[in-house]
Amino acid sequence: MLAATALSVVFMRDLFTIVMLFGIYSLLSAGFFVDMDAVDVALTEAAVGAGVTTMLMLGTLALTSRKEKAHRKPASMLPLAVVTITGLVLIYGTLDMPYLGDPEAPVHQHVAPRYIEQSYDEIGLPNIVTSVLASYRGFDTLGEVVVIFTAGLGVLTLLGLSGDSPHRARPAAMAHHLVLRVITRALIPLILIYALYIQFHGDYGPGGGFQAGVIFGAAIILYTLIFGLTKAERVIAPLFLRYMMGAGVLIFAGTGVLALLLGGNFLDYDYLAHDPLHGQHYGILAVEFGVGVTVTAVIISIFFNFTGRGDQPKEEER
Amino acid sequence: MIASNLPALQVVIPLLSAPLALMLRRGTHSWVLAQLVCIAALAISINLLQTVLATGPISYEMGGWAPPWGIEYYVDAVNAFVLLIVSGIGTIVMLAARTSVAKEIAGDKQSLFYTAYLLCLTGLLGITITGDAFNIFVFLEISSLSTYILISLGRDRRALTAAFQYLIMGTIGATFILIGVGMLYMSTGTLNILDLAERLQPLSDSRTVQAGFAFVAVGVSLKLALFPLHLWLPNAYAYAPSIASAFLAATATKVAVYVMLRFFFTVFGVDFSFEVMPLGIILAILAILAIFVGSAVAIFQDNVKRLLAYSSVAQIGYMILGISFATVTGLTAAILHLFNHALMKGGLFLALAAVFYRTGGVSVAHFRGLGKTMPWTMFAVVIGGLSLIGVPLTVGFVSKWYLVLGALELGYWWIALLVLAGSLLAVIYVWKLVEAAYFQTAEGDAASVREAPLSLLVPAWILIGANIYFGIDTSLTTGVARTAAASLLGIGG
Repeated sequence: MLAATALSVVFMRDLFTIVMLFGIYSLLSAGFFVDMDAVDVALTEAAVGAGVTTMLMLGTLALTSRKEKAHRKPASMLPLAVVTITGLVLIYGTLDMPYLGDPEAPVHQHVAPRYIEQSYDEIGLPNIVTSVLASYRGFDTLGEVVVIFTAGLGVLTLLGLSGDSPHRARPAAMAHHLVLRVITRALIPLILIYALYIQFHGDYGPGGGFQAGVIFGAAIILYTLIFGLTKAERVIAPLFLRYMMGAGVLIFAGTGVLALLLGGNFLDYDYLAHDPLHGQHYGILAVEFGVGVTVTAVIISIFFNFTGRGDQPKEEER
Repeated sequence: MIASNLPALQVVIPLLSAPLALMLRRGTHSWVLAQLVCIAALAISINLLQTVLATGPISYEMGGWAPPWGIEYYVDAVNAFVLLIVSGIGTIVMLAARTSVAKEIAGDKQSLFYTAYLLCLTGLLGITITGDAFNIFVFLEISSLSTYILISLGRDRRALTAAFQYLIMGTIGATFILIGVGMLYMSTGTLNILDLAERLQPLSDSRTVQAGFAFVAVGVSLKLALFPLHLWLPNAYAYAPSIASAFLAATATKVAVYVMLRFFFTVFGVDFSFEVMPLGIILAILAILAIFVGSAVAIFQDNVKRLLAYSSVAQIGYMILGISFATVTGLTAAILHLFNHALMKGGLFLALAAVFYRTGGVSVAHFRGLGKTMPWTMFAVVIGGLSLIGVPLTVGFVSKWYLVLGALELGYWWIALLVLAGSLLAVIYVWKLVEAAYFQTAEGDAASVREAPLSLLVPAWILIGANIYFGIDTSLTTGVARTAAASLLGIGG
């Protein structure tokens, strides 16, 4: 099904359909990840790939046009050759690959056993993914947050700083639809609570700052869709978003520096409290919060900047 | 306590200051912050290099988790030297940034520029210092994304296309590196570079490892703009703001070359890279093509920034040629050229920033008569050009000397001849500038151009002066480069 969706994307000319197919593709991948027992990844894929990315692409379509411009350039052979060679090398590489789920595979023999056997004693969390993500390899996660921050910065740079755009006075997009309005009012608090649950329950079940940030962002996006950008910016000011984007990185890195000042290495949460386990717990809560803050801010900011560019209400898709 | 945490602080200080620079919102304030951060990073890298040379490699455990479970920062002579290059160039270019950025970038976007600059610095330092293969990828993403931002801030509308082109190519490169690292992880179960090196030893027949090697090689070659994967580079350098061109030309490709060194020599080991895989001959051929095609195309450029960009493609060829020898002398030449080329291109692009500041353009026509009106700037261009050619008493001569020496050691006298022939091509494109500046007269308004302000001249001359200083007193740079080369080949320390 994944392959079928991908192929139909290539042959489709209607960009709106393509965006929808991308959404389906992401949802299918998410299902695939659940099947592989990677629930955290699946949650992220569903929220980011199927949810927010689709919204952003629709936003872009509203700014440009729905149909792909027909161009009759003779298809170049070079990309095809590159793709074919890459595919062949990939297949060549898989020939000596360990079988899926083989307990003797090097991946399961070397680093992973310690994560599985000792992370509960060393960090005190039942969700191993969170332990690896936020503590063992916390520095990578800090890097990823900076990547997201950089992406937000890029959108700010290219689409202009929010707040100084000349036109903003657009009528609330769909506020006249009574049904939509009521349902949205009812849904948004639930989504926000769900986001908070994902945020703070990440230590025990699947979830964490990335997913929570996306869901939180989605709630604000929904609000913007129904009540219009002007009202949404009254809820969260663009300038505030700019600070919030940076604040998440500062919270995460600041936690690391605090550990450093208390005598440990950078990001060594053991030093945050008298009991190393408590320290780990505080540290992970703090950094996950930092992740959530940055992700939320960047996603909302990207969406605001996209919609701020459009002159027409673009809600016909729904 | 501070001393033992220096490896972390090297990256964390610029990382923390980037969001602060965004929050400051005033261009000047952000610049002050960025300048202080650059100086701090430079001080740390000098200290790290001294420590490494005195007492051997430093290992630092992020989060207090021992490798391979946690992420390790591992500093040896090779990356300490690259750290010094990146933070040194970052500091000097930043000195010139205030004047140039105030002219080229709109007021409300200046703090964004400095934020992106700091993020790029963070990314480059992070790639260099880390001892973890996946961590390289994470910081590669930071540096790449921020580079796209820096380029897109150029005044020319074509900067956007250039940034987009680079974004596509860079993303393909990064994805290839990620696939390669993934395959290595699949075969070994570890991401730590030293641990990988150990565990890959018995696996040289594994097709997964070989495919991983191929993916990493192609991905890194894209990032360092090895011919024929250089197509993104000329536009990116030509349309970026002057300061961004100077910083990127002097650092970004250098870090990519370092990553290549690290993967080929430390992770896969010289035996695997050069005997199991036919790397030496492929690299040598591509490098020679890069030298000739890059130089030849440079001769026909009218935009001087593009001219220097193509010259960079050629100069990268010299580095790769040194790597392809896989001997101590060859690697010494390559590592030396990392440093020396950073000095040349940094100085030249800063001089171009000065020309742009006064004349509003950098095509060859803008150079007419500058020998009279902007004598100091043009003198800097001439010295930098001589260094590019490889004239004695400049750093360019030192690195080519070692390169020729390395070729002769192996009996490749024809490669030595080709290196010399490549230098002749450089004479032609440098002469184009000299001719315009000194033997043609400016017309109209251009005749009344004044010398560039000191805030641009001084940083340019620091780098140009370094070209001469390190061209005469070579003991420091060659000493470090030789130690680094030996440690990559696993000979001595």
